[in-house]
Amino acid sequence: MSAVVVRLVGFGHLDLAEDIVHDALVQALEVWKFRGVPANPAAWLMAAAKNRAIDVIRRERTERRFAPEVADLLSTEWSLVPTVASAFEDKEVVDAELRLMFELCDGRLPEETQVMVILKYLCGFGVRELAQAFLSGEEAIEKRLGRARATLQSAGGLAELGDAQRARSRAPAVCRALYLMFSEGYHGSHPEVVVREELCAEALRLASLLAAHPVTGVAGEVKGLLALMCLLAARLPARRDARGDLIPLDEQDRSRWDPALNARGLAALAESGAGAPSEMHLEAAIAAHHAVAASVESTDWPAIVALYDRLAALRPSPVVALNRAVAIGFARGPAAGLAEIDAIESLARLDDYLFLAATRADLLRRAGRPEDALPHFRRARELARNDPERRFFDRRLAECGGGIGHG
Amino acid sequence: MANYLYIFRGGDMARMSPQQMEENMKKWGAWMGQLSQTGNFKGGDPLGEGGRVVTGKKKAVTDGPFGETKDLVGGYLLVTAGSLDAATELARGCPIFENENGSVEVREVREMRM
Repeated sequence: MSAVVVRLVGFGHLDLAEDIVHDALVQALEVWKFRGVPANPAAWLMAAAKNRAIDVIRRERTERRFAPEVADLLSTEWSLVPTVASAFEDKEVVDAELRLMFELCDGRLPEETQVMVILKYLCGFGVRELAQAFLSGEEAIEKRLGRARATLQSAGGLAELGDAQRARSRAPAVCRALYLMFSEGYHGSHPEVVVREELCAEALRLASLLAAHPVTGVAGEVKGLLALMCLLAARLPARRDARGDLIPLDEQDRSRWDPALNARGLAALAESGAGAPSEMHLEAAIAAHHAVAASVESTDWPAIVALYDRLAALRPSPVVALNRAVAIGFARGPAAGLAEIDAIESLARLDDYLFLAATRADLLRRAGRPEDALPHFRRARELARNDPERRFFDRRLAECGGGIGHG
Repeated sequence: MANYLYIFRGGDMARMSPQQMEENMKKWGAWMGQLSQTGNFKGGDPLGEGGRVVTGKKKAVTDGPFGETKDLVGGYLLVTAGSLDAATELARGCPIFENENGSVEVREVREMRM
């Protein structure tokens, strides 16, 4: 929705576009509070944004110059409404979103900031969610957004997608942003729910748009990303129990994995083909090993460890090293996994990382050392970000003889 | 039973993030649904921003009302309840209080009794 409005008012008026969309949303919600949410909220919001855009453009058109390609059409009353209306048609919306996505990944912005503005302008992330996603304070996020907006607004108009070289050079940043968005949904830090399917769905939607487009779809990375998302999303139905609590990979009922998404993911991975494998390819390949394995036992863990080795070479990070240790724990036994964790460089950076405590605890539990696992499960429970996670660790604590957690 | 008017002030969503809005909306839906199920709900709507104020003998017209968000009436609701206390208790469930500056004024609708 923002993308369409940006296209109308021009890339130089990002803040105005943001206001229009925000106002439309607030107005709609104020009515829904009293009247209930309508059956098709998305269509409703589109209509509200369209009307709001018409009002604002009418009011501001003597003061401002809007997007060059439509400025003349917006300047007269008889063409204003049809121009705005046609921009809100489905096909145009897709195009506007893709163009905005590439425009926001401006090389003058740090990659992380590119991610931030994509989440902000294309995915409706608020400052609070951005602060969560980037482990930063809300004030710092506001400042960074302000600086980013100033840089972006000096860029001029939205580029055509036909510029293949430009599209290719920006594809990695776009992929990374979508990857982060998906991860926030999949491993989310939301205080109430453990998975936010709407975020995963939105990331998958944008990745599908990218992959389906004749220009942007050719980047192997895009297909790799799509493959990864499909393969992970396929597990969602089995990833939670009836209560919404997390079920770890090794305890999931694999018959509940979505076969269509798995097939789509494997096909995308096969198409992602030539060229040096990107991080996305490697992660997708790891997910594919899980997708084709009937059980944890029959999973090709040595192959997964080898993929993690390559991933660690490409993107050295303690988090990748931790995941590698998990795979080693399955390939060569929990003791080997624990040894790998202790060998991770800059392990201190993960002190407050939930999955470090959780992984250590789980390896100790599987190594038949429940009493040693207890303190780590307690630590994991302290770091847990929502009730489903806390309940999960409570269950583990009980299994290890530690009773229900404290605090 | 008597009718009571809830006058909502503040509690605007303008400063909320989309996710907060969504959560807030769910709570409004639940609260309104509850009032409707229990038969307390009679009607109500949100009010648009701005508007006009007509004042005095000269019927002077000004734009407005403008003021602090917390002072502006954002909407109203008509409910039926057994007493002012009961109506007040119902109002306490309103999600408007998720927002620092939200308030609900509860007033009995005066009726002519013959």
